[in-house]
Amino acid sequence: MKETIMTFPKKEADLRAAFWDQVSSFPDGEKIKLCLQCGTCTGACPVSYAMDITPRQTVALFRAGHIERILRSRTIWLCASCYSCTVRCPVGIKVTDTLYALKRIAMDKKIYPARFPVHTLSRSFTKNVYKYGRNYELGLGLRYFFATDFVKLFSNFGFGLSMIRRGRMGLFPKKLKRVNQIRAIIKKADEFGEA
Amino acid sequence: MLEYAYYPGCSLEHSASPYDQSIRAVFSALGIGLREIEDWNCCGATMYMSVKKIIGYAISARNLAIAQDMGLEVCAPCSSCYTILRKTNRHIAWEPKERQKINEALAAAGLSYNTIVEVRHPVDILAVDFGVDELKKRVKAPLKGLKVAPYYGCQIVRPHGHIDDIDDPVKMDKLLTAVGAEPVHYPPKVRCCGGMLMTTQEDVALKLNLELLQAAEDNGAHMIATACPLCQMNLEGYQKKINKSFRRDFNLPVVYFSHVLGIALGIRPEAMGLDKLLVPPLKLNAFAEGARV
Repeated sequence: MKETIMTFPKKEADLRAAFWDQVSSFPDGEKIKLCLQCGTCTGACPVSYAMDITPRQTVALFRAGHIERILRSRTIWLCASCYSCTVRCPVGIKVTDTLYALKRIAMDKKIYPARFPVHTLSRSFTKNVYKYGRNYELGLGLRYFFATDFVKLFSNFGFGLSMIRRGRMGLFPKKLKRVNQIRAIIKKADEFGEA
Repeated sequence: MLEYAYYPGCSLEHSASPYDQSIRAVFSALGIGLREIEDWNCCGATMYMSVKKIIGYAISARNLAIAQDMGLEVCAPCSSCYTILRKTNRHIAWEPKERQKINEALAAAGLSYNTIVEVRHPVDILAVDFGVDELKKRVKAPLKGLKVAPYYGCQIVRPHGHIDDIDDPVKMDKLLTAVGAEPVHYPPKVRCCGGMLMTTQEDVALKLNLELLQAAEDNGAHMIATACPLCQMNLEGYQKKINKSFRRDFNLPVVYFSHVLGIALGIRPEAMGLDKLLVPPLKLNAFAEGARV
């Protein structure tokens, strides 16, 4: 009997290829194939109530050929990386790591949810690391709120000020002595061309 | 003598400086050596993992490569750094090709990482390597009657559950008990505080933290003890906002577990940055006054 081959539109096919590439690049990534749609991940997730697509549904949507819909959802950017789903999954799927993989695909292909610029925080963070070698909390916060939500800048003003007063918010970044080492490592690792 | 390569991480330089001060003070009081990893860099946190995985692991591995040359296990107090550094090790041990790529990147900085350096959390180091019984012997001011909610957060016990039970970890409870404090029943001890969601999805994070504060209050805790900079900042720094959003009047101190141990060991509150907290832990500070008498 002739095998039936499911074909996807080009964009979806590219995203699927990227996805399989990603899940083969971390330990137990391919266990995603074992998903039995039990919903334990969604039940264990402390923020699934606020997601437009639940963790279980992301797998169902992937199987149905809708990766783009997953990337356009807020779900992957709502994950706080608490690993509750990962330790609960009865077949050992690395759910959190899979969501990270989807975030990387989203960043690489520049497919984001509408009016939900959470990914810019990650981008700002990596810029800080390149520049200083360490995170610069105040700079990161300012940069993020300037880029996304100006109102939040003011609503967090009191918090920021009280932290500064108690010496818990550095006004200036601390830079590595050998920041050139970090930059060299980043440049070299980037040459592998992986997302 | 016990000695570790110390990896403070970016948060402990600023927002969590009281954590840094108290860990150094407690380790020094107990005679445990901490040698800071020279010119350490950001571990990459959850952020780099969302952008480029191989770069994230490569910069994280720079710290491990330096620690390898020190010949010591790493002590990482920030739960997020702790998990990232451990994940880096796991990734490198998993696939020789990945190790090769990471080493190629490290070579650009004249470094190489050829072994696996064990990464440890101070809760684990104090409970196991130093020992609960030994800690008990060093107590100068037993914290009798101090009720503490032991809040472990996510990333000490997950994703791998290698140092404690993933549902009901007890190592911090044991440390608190050893210094005479009373860890209260605290069902959400491993629930998530939302981490960076406080910046990106404030409404969601505020609700998570409301539940954590409420459970501590319901169980009669005088304060919450944490082992993670982000948990501490969310629970303490955003308490005012939580009060405003949900019409509450919490005024619950949120200290680091090391603060509780330090006071019992006779260390002055200011030496551990307790004066930098936004909600002063008066009940804990009172023991410091008693200890001097």
